[in-house]
Amino acid sequence: MGRYIARRLIYLVVVLFVVSGITFLLEHAVPGGPFDREKALPPEIKANLERRYHLDDPLLVQYGNYLNDVILPHLTFHPATNNMDEDYLFNFRLPGGLWLQWMNFGPSYASRSRTVNDIFRQQLPVSIQLGIMAFFVSVIIGMPLGIMAALKQNTFFDYFGMSIAIIGVSIPILALGPIMVWLFGVDLKWLPPSGWGAQPPYIMGFIPHQLGWNFFKYAIMPALVLGIGSSAIIARLTRGSLLQVIREDYIRTARSKGLIESLVIRRHALRNSLIPVVTILGPLFAALVTGTFVTELIFGIPGLGKYFVTSINNRDYPVIMGTTLLYAVFLVIANLIVDIVYAFLDPRIRYS
Amino acid sequence: MVAQLTEDTKPVPAGGTPLTHKRENLWQDAFRRLVRNRAAMIGGTIILILIFIAIFADFIAPYPYDKGVLTDQNKVPEWMGTLFPTMKPYMKTSDKYPFGADYIGRDIFSRLIYGTRISLSIAFIGATISLVIGIIYGSISGYFGGRADNLMMRSVDVLYAFPGLLFIILLMAFFRSSFAKPQVGTFGSILGQIDSHMGGMFFIIIGIGLTAWETTARLTRGQVLSAREKEYIEAARTVGASDVRIMFRHILPNIVGPLIIVETLAIPAYIGTEAFLSFIGLGINPPTPSWGAMISDGAQSIRTYPNQAIFPALALAITMFAFNFLGDGLRDALEPRMRGSQ
Repeated sequence: MGRYIARRLIYLVVVLFVVSGITFLLEHAVPGGPFDREKALPPEIKANLERRYHLDDPLLVQYGNYLNDVILPHLTFHPATNNMDEDYLFNFRLPGGLWLQWMNFGPSYASRSRTVNDIFRQQLPVSIQLGIMAFFVSVIIGMPLGIMAALKQNTFFDYFGMSIAIIGVSIPILALGPIMVWLFGVDLKWLPPSGWGAQPPYIMGFIPHQLGWNFFKYAIMPALVLGIGSSAIIARLTRGSLLQVIREDYIRTARSKGLIESLVIRRHALRNSLIPVVTILGPLFAALVTGTFVTELIFGIPGLGKYFVTSINNRDYPVIMGTTLLYAVFLVIANLIVDIVYAFLDPRIRYS
Repeated sequence: MVAQLTEDTKPVPAGGTPLTHKRENLWQDAFRRLVRNRAAMIGGTIILILIFIAIFADFIAPYPYDKGVLTDQNKVPEWMGTLFPTMKPYMKTSDKYPFGADYIGRDIFSRLIYGTRISLSIAFIGATISLVIGIIYGSISGYFGGRADNLMMRSVDVLYAFPGLLFIILLMAFFRSSFAKPQVGTFGSILGQIDSHMGGMFFIIIGIGLTAWETTARLTRGQVLSAREKEYIEAARTVGASDVRIMFRHILPNIVGPLIIVETLAIPAYIGTEAFLSFIGLGINPPTPSWGAMISDGAQSIRTYPNQAIFPALALAITMFAFNFLGDGLRDALEPRMRGSQ
């Protein structure tokens, strides 16, 4: 197991290199730099700006510096000064006056007073809040729907549940979003059509201090819109897996020894059938947190997804690169955790 | 299957007339099951109608998609007031436009009609590209195995870790600004010209093609790996069939079913990607009408003129339903045991 995890961590580093390499190449191949304006800046000023952000170095040097700042953890005796160039996302004090510093994405070009990490700290929590709520929506709707459909296979419940699932998978956020905004936000006036009800500082980096109606009234629609597609995926998977398990020999054994049906389902069938469902929860969660662009744009939510789209138009290289890398790390780690959980859930699985 | 057995194996009558045994191959059998599936048939019919609309858009659309009448800005037909009561106090009515006119006085209905072309082209071309690249890559990897397989699949794994939407956004940002005004006569300028003639569709197709083939490749490889061990492949090899012949004559026809299912079910994702890219302004070039761009424009004024966002949203949703229903039906028909199990 230890060796397996170590191998996966090495894989994570490879992924980081490749992702950062591709991103770096793409964004620097784009003609037009971050300081090109409608009205051209005087060449001296532009040169100064480029020197300030080290854009005049050879590309390879720029890339090397970037990797050094972002991917390699630093162990030093000097606490970070917290100026624009030295802002680490992870900054831990170790015993003996040592500091462990990791992931300095550098300053943002477009918003001059903020580093990329500042932007992450302010915008990412919103995306995480939205993603977590969408995740709960999808599990709470999806699992019961799938279980019901499987237990009552080929009845009205089954067909009804699975039709809902197809509709859930098919309806795009881009279509459902505006319809919901108009219906509940503009016409019925039940919920605010846009905005977000939480502001920093957050508990543990992402939990808002007040979790009342003032927070949830903004979150209900976006979380529902974002989560409904995944709930359908969970419903289908739960149904398929439960149907398979119910036909296993050990279920027949449990029934024939006289166990009551609800116990057979709860103790024997459900537990085993949820294993494949759990494996998809990790990637699903990661996809929800990193896939909030459209939802955030439609509902005017100040999250990282919305910021990312703006940063592309601004050619804000450090933000583009940082977001991509952060999301990639997130996806890889979510998958790794799932694989480990998988091994605990099903002792037959051994990684070697 | 049971029903089919009782149908086909009629007992031989006493008179000894020869048994009429209707032979069906896999595809006929699947087709019969597909026709019986009502949801899939509805989906298929909608897709046929959409294809018809896309081909004959010039004759169906009452107005051009790109020229607006400025005096008709935001006008709506009379009945829209009952559907969207909030609009009643301030709306300007005109019965010229079935679904109203947009913010520069263009007919929304005509733009929806032309938008069908974009969505369907993306759907079919995206699926074809993904299939072609995925099948070639996956079958090479699966058929030859060993070190090549390992290396090829590792690279797919790494690409897989790239957050999909982010990758395609980056690619599009790169295409859009690199080929906007390149030097005349270079390769880039040719690509840029092709793209502008297609209203911006060319690069979307390339972007989707570059990001969508990995799933197909993985699936193909898995299928090839299991098909490779079957007896009929060994038989083919014994009689001296070449690798290419075995691949295309013997393995491919046997694995194409799951590939078609997965690809049909992926089509809504391609349509969604195009709509999303156009929504954030990296997709179709205006004034070419894309449903995503129309939703984006309409979303700006959703409080005042909800019709401008909601009708394109409905068009997008209906199209994606249709492809999902058909894909689902295809899966049930080709792999009856897979029903509902993703």
